[in-house]
Amino acid sequence: MQLSRRLLLGTAAATAALPVRRVRAQDKTTIKIGVLNDQSGPYRDTGGRSSYYCAQQAVAEFQAQGFSVDVIIADHQNKPDIGAGIARQWYDRDGVDVILDVPTSSVALAIAGVAREKDKAYLNIGAATADLTGKQCAPCIVHWSYDTYMLAKSTGGATVRSGGDSWYFITADYAFGHQLQEQTTRFVTAAGGKVLGSSAYPFPGTTDFSSFLLQAQASGAKVLGLCNAGADTVNSIKQAKEFGLQARIAAMLMFITDVHALGLDVAQGLTLTESFYWDLNDRTRAFTERVKPRTPNNWPNMIHAGCYASTLHYLKAVTQIGVANAKQSGAAVVAAMKAMPTDDDAFGKGRIREDGMAMFPSYLFQVKTPAESKGPWDFYKQVSSYGPDEAWRPLAEGGCAFIKT
Amino acid sequence: MVMIFGKPLILLYGQLTLGLINGAFYALLSLGLAVIFGLLNVINFAHGALFMLGAFVTWGLLQYLGIGYWAALVIAPIIVGAFGVVLEKLLIQRLHGLDHLYGLLLTFGCALVIEGLMRNEFGSSGVPYAIPSALRGPLNLGFMVLPLYRAWVVVAAAVVCLVTWLLIEKTRLGATLRAATENAPLVQAFGVNVPRLVTLTYGAGVGLAAFAGVLAAPMNSVNPNMGSNLIVVVFATVVIGGMGSILGSIVTGFGLGIVEGLTKVYYPEGSATVVFVVMVIVLLLRPAGLFGRAA
Repeated sequence: MQLSRRLLLGTAAATAALPVRRVRAQDKTTIKIGVLNDQSGPYRDTGGRSSYYCAQQAVAEFQAQGFSVDVIIADHQNKPDIGAGIARQWYDRDGVDVILDVPTSSVALAIAGVAREKDKAYLNIGAATADLTGKQCAPCIVHWSYDTYMLAKSTGGATVRSGGDSWYFITADYAFGHQLQEQTTRFVTAAGGKVLGSSAYPFPGTTDFSSFLLQAQASGAKVLGLCNAGADTVNSIKQAKEFGLQARIAAMLMFITDVHALGLDVAQGLTLTESFYWDLNDRTRAFTERVKPRTPNNWPNMIHAGCYASTLHYLKAVTQIGVANAKQSGAAVVAAMKAMPTDDDAFGKGRIREDGMAMFPSYLFQVKTPAESKGPWDFYKQVSSYGPDEAWRPLAEGGCAFIKT
Repeated sequence: MVMIFGKPLILLYGQLTLGLINGAFYALLSLGLAVIFGLLNVINFAHGALFMLGAFVTWGLLQYLGIGYWAALVIAPIIVGAFGVVLEKLLIQRLHGLDHLYGLLLTFGCALVIEGLMRNEFGSSGVPYAIPSALRGPLNLGFMVLPLYRAWVVVAAAVVCLVTWLLIEKTRLGATLRAATENAPLVQAFGVNVPRLVTLTYGAGVGLAAFAGVLAAPMNSVNPNMGSNLIVVVFATVVIGGMGSILGSIVTGFGLGIVEGLTKVYYPEGSATVVFVVMVIVLLLRPAGLFGRAA
């Protein structure tokens, strides 16, 4: 190869540019937040861009003193290998200090492993698995907004108490579905109810649920428990209405976004559990007004609100222990997060327990009828609630290893 | 109560009926694919996305123009069919004479683009669409209570399948189409505009997908991913029936729906796989498919 002056200069310039970029990536005074979730698949609306906007909203409101904050975003496509790959790259090369959101339990657990190994902060909002504060817990992990235990206790327990004492489950045939069914079964039987049967359907790829609905009907169960999420839940409910199913439907995991997709005509009367609703009180309404301009067609659900609230609390902790310490150890920031009480517009005052569980009330909502709904996204009326100390799995039952030592 | 393998007979009747309804969808969609493959030699991977467009157009007609379900049954296939014509003119036509793989890649790419754009616009959780009031309510068949709408779906799909089959097998237009498949230059020599025929055929195949989309809108979640869930099974249907065989895809569609329905009773976890098990067996015994002609 002919070595021209131009090539030589170019190479020199390129070499000179490299270390500069590395320094910038490991900037001592920038906290980098990586929002990692589904942006193209079934969970795009329950998390997706709206989670990113909510994190940005928290950054804008916090107005960090002495350090700057950068929020980036990536799509994990609901695949554990892709998610873990991005997490490694972010923590190792791109100087990301905390990973946020991460729906889909399988991906969430894969990233928990990466965060633990590298001692980096990991705020999980979007995944349901209760293992994040149980068997797979770590000092650098916080789990916010909801988990399978809290859903099962709130929706399952309340349904049995109001007379729904015989159940049939339609369950997505993967870890999340089975975990949710198992935990709901525990609350149903503990409250004196019984489970008459269940159908596990292949996930993903099932669009017609009529066959399972017919089996549920034949079982004579009073309650149809749906242990699935997203479009599957929407399809199940739509078809249950079509078949005139007599049983009550308990959607074990359902967000306001799903109610919006169903329409009140079909969704009215359903009961479901969330830890946030935009119309809960003045503070939640104020928060929603602030983020709505960024996500006008997808109002915040408990995942979006959790991304906002956890980011805000994380930044408070960073300020307290200093940027250098926060960048060095995820466990140190999370310890600071646990040490101070939380306070934000979405969830109000609360705290984070030793195992990483963010402790807030859970609310059982019933979906309004079209006549009751007064405006856009006016979907819920509150039926009951559990206080922060009752809503979540007791610390001792979780089996979180680092608590004992 | 009469039992078969531990399941009450009455439950099985119900499941067979439901299988038939799902089969109607497989038949309609695979019919469109078979028509397109038979005449254009294109493996149309965009079929699922066009099915989804059919459902979304139905929703849009009601949402923005106040046009209801019955009119949508006609209008939506025409709109989406016209879109198919544009697609064929602009892109697919350029691959004429090349290996199947190119058409497959192109249409697969189109499907990804269409689905991505729709997701960007409407999100992934979908939009609501209600069952038309005339078709609400139950139909008591004695062994089960079938929603009236599902009964309508089976009848509508069966009629459309039959008409399409008659059109291709028994009319002069169909004869011309079939002749153009066999020997395009010769048919062209008789004064038939073969490229236009091919374009319109693609439009018609797409229209069939959109028609299935209209039928699906009140039953399923109308969301941008709704087609990609179905398309793989539909391809299996076409392969089992014999690539390009019209009758094969109709019969196989209904048949697979029933097989799948029975699997959902005895082993629900396997209901997504059973279609492919059938496909493997058929391909081992009859590589050209049940109704296909050996090449």
